[in-house]
Amino acid sequence: MTADAETPTAAERHRRLVETWGDAPGFWGFLTTVDPKRIAGRYILTAMLLLFLAGMLAVDMRLQLAQPDMHRMGPQAYDESFSLHGSTMLFLVSVPVMEAMAMWLVPLMVGQRTMAFPRLNAFSYWLYLGGVLMLWIPHALGFTPDLGWFEYPPLSGPGYAPGHRVDVWAQMITFTEVAALSISVNLVATILKMRPPGMTLARMPLFLWAMLIASLMTLFALPSIMLVTSMLISDRLVATQFFAPAAGGDALLFQHLFWFFGHPEVYIIFIPALGFVSAIVETFSRRTVFGHVPMVISMLSIALLAFGLWVHHMFAVGLPKLGNAFYTAASMAIALPAGIQIFCWIATIWSGKPQFRTPLLWVLGFIATFVIGGLSGVMTASAPLDLQLTDTYFVVAHLHYVLVGGALFPLFGAFCYWYPKGTGRLMSERWGVVAFALIFIGFNVSFMPMHILGLEGMPRRVYTYGPEMHWGMLNLIATLGTFISTAGGLVFVANALMSYYRGEVAGADPWGGPSLEWATDSPPPPHNFDNTPFIDSAVPLWTAKDHRPVLSGLSLDRRQVLVTSVVDALPEYRQRSPGASIWPLVAALGVSILFVGSIFTPWALVWGAVPVAIPLIGWFWPQRPRATTGPLRKRSA
Amino acid sequence: MTGMLPERIVGDLGGLPESADGSRSIVWWGNIGFMLIEGTAFALAAGAYLYLRSESPHWPASGDPLPSLMWSGIFTIGLLLSELPNIWVTKQAKAKDAGRVRIGVLLMTILGLVLLVLRGFEISVLAPRWDHDAYSSVLWLLMILHTSHVVTDLGDTAVQAAWLYTHRIGDDQFADVEDNCNYWTFVVVAWIPIYALLYWAPRLG
Repeated sequence: MTADAETPTAAERHRRLVETWGDAPGFWGFLTTVDPKRIAGRYILTAMLLLFLAGMLAVDMRLQLAQPDMHRMGPQAYDESFSLHGSTMLFLVSVPVMEAMAMWLVPLMVGQRTMAFPRLNAFSYWLYLGGVLMLWIPHALGFTPDLGWFEYPPLSGPGYAPGHRVDVWAQMITFTEVAALSISVNLVATILKMRPPGMTLARMPLFLWAMLIASLMTLFALPSIMLVTSMLISDRLVATQFFAPAAGGDALLFQHLFWFFGHPEVYIIFIPALGFVSAIVETFSRRTVFGHVPMVISMLSIALLAFGLWVHHMFAVGLPKLGNAFYTAASMAIALPAGIQIFCWIATIWSGKPQFRTPLLWVLGFIATFVIGGLSGVMTASAPLDLQLTDTYFVVAHLHYVLVGGALFPLFGAFCYWYPKGTGRLMSERWGVVAFALIFIGFNVSFMPMHILGLEGMPRRVYTYGPEMHWGMLNLIATLGTFISTAGGLVFVANALMSYYRGEVAGADPWGGPSLEWATDSPPPPHNFDNTPFIDSAVPLWTAKDHRPVLSGLSLDRRQVLVTSVVDALPEYRQRSPGASIWPLVAALGVSILFVGSIFTPWALVWGAVPVAIPLIGWFWPQRPRATTGPLRKRSA
Repeated sequence: MTGMLPERIVGDLGGLPESADGSRSIVWWGNIGFMLIEGTAFALAAGAYLYLRSESPHWPASGDPLPSLMWSGIFTIGLLLSELPNIWVTKQAKAKDAGRVRIGVLLMTILGLVLLVLRGFEISVLAPRWDHDAYSSVLWLLMILHTSHVVTDLGDTAVQAAWLYTHRIGDDQFADVEDNCNYWTFVVVAWIPIYALLYWAPRLG
């Protein structure tokens, strides 16, 4: 809302924009919306629900491991539990939730009314939901993938894994990766071509850099997993021989392609978290982030190095020593840019006037936890040590320290930080601190002992252990930790729910933030901004003295967005933006028919093209008057 | 901290054009994004081919014939030649010449169909079958991957032709035609290294 909203002109402008950009009421509006905020909101809620389900699986597994020789769960149920937990967390929670946060925040941070391709967002969510159902409906029906989150052949090949458990897993990936790629293309185009006038690349907030870099990484990494899972399905369905050594195939090819995706994926999850951390540290330190340029260069270096590390997941398969040495060096090298970032954040907090509100507490928790995870990463980067530690609980500890500490803690901080923008209300600080303390302490109690268990040789992915191993006490402590962090999680969720109704009203800018999302109402109207912001610094809300400069001229009665140049963000043209549509949902249903069908018959790729093509034609069919020239012109008046 | 400073209008965007072509257009960037994704998939599939080759003492695997050069050669020459009318259509789209754009896109649809038939002949002599060994599997993989792109762009071009002949063409649609031409160029360019890899590399190495 503009400050001169009292004047009829501004109020009238606002009303007309709401009318132009608002959704249809009710269920039809729900199905057809292309508002990134609504779509991202349902993405985040779905991912949070799955986080809860995956967390319950973790609790179940920790109960099983709490003492030696427990038999409340058999080996099959245990295999299914960790496979479902890992697949859900990696494919259905971590990557989607990060991209959803970007979908919600990027248009606001660039002062735009929507993203470059709004219908692609809607298509992405429906496909993601397809991926969720692809994994969890079969689970409800009793056939769950049971070969870990990476399903290596030959175990997952036709000879050892009959039935459709593997296919379910592989096609769930196709669903979610198409969904993720759609958002990534959208984010790249939006960040490069829709920044507000004045927001040159040099003035771009670190959050947008993080999202740009993570999205570009996604474009290069995800095709690999789609290719390799398609090859796996094809080995299983039409007897190709990609991974069959007897016919010249090679099971290690699967691992190479999987980890060419799998390692960058860790950073696709982690780099957005760096964006959250930078935004939170800046706001609550009351100063610009120390070392903006080194931070950007560090993120770029991490992105490049991430594509050169994948073999460190394969040290145990027997590769040439020179290869191992190279990947050891590359894996250790990535600690340098990561370290530079940590020092920059500490310097920012140190030299600022820090306000230790809940979001900043999560950042401190992140720094402590991620440094531990990073150090155990430097240890496992060493090929000889990794050979001892791989497939032990040391790796379980390491990966949870980097993924939970490195990505979920910043995500929780980001949730608390931007919650008032999304809902218009603040979360309770007191309960926020309680939730943070329980989760942070519970997490460390749970995972720290696993380092020791791993060093003592406790193997991963085994459903129980004998009392003679003397691992019972540490496992019991780990299980207790899980209960503490679960209690914290419940407090967090309860706080979010209660604050939605009873929280203190936030206003537009409760934290005194520097970036553009704080320059509109909380929650923002459907069109985000009445006018286009004009930027003259990297922290526009902090440097503005007595007014905020804005530009008028985008249509009030048609959906229109501003397109600017890539480097200097100079205004280029006004782009028509598509409105609400049912076609993305219908197209996603068509694609789902094709994907599910291709588990059972290769011909689905042929007949399945029909239900995909028809909605796509409807989606892209431009609404224009009939031709008045040419052989097919409209002949009657 | 909840208050906002008042806005002051310092300029007006109302004079800006309502469409753009080439790299100024946002759709052009979306198109590039999808080309990057698919180009990466092609590169990785080619990488898989080279990896399997490096693991095999003979290539093609012993007993497998070298891939036939006739239909693949005709298809490749036809594909490369299709780039000439494709460039012509791009120019007409930039010049916003509705009549020529309609003819050009229809011509590209017909050429696409002819090329698909040629690709059909190429696939009909592809040997051995995909399930014979890893060599044949990866050979078919690359062929199907590329053919799916030919089919997709042909479908896109045909729908575009139908729309263009029946509707009044605006600036956005001229830009769409240009983007579709760029995508066809991608399909042509992507084939060159795949053709060299599948048909000539086994003969030279």
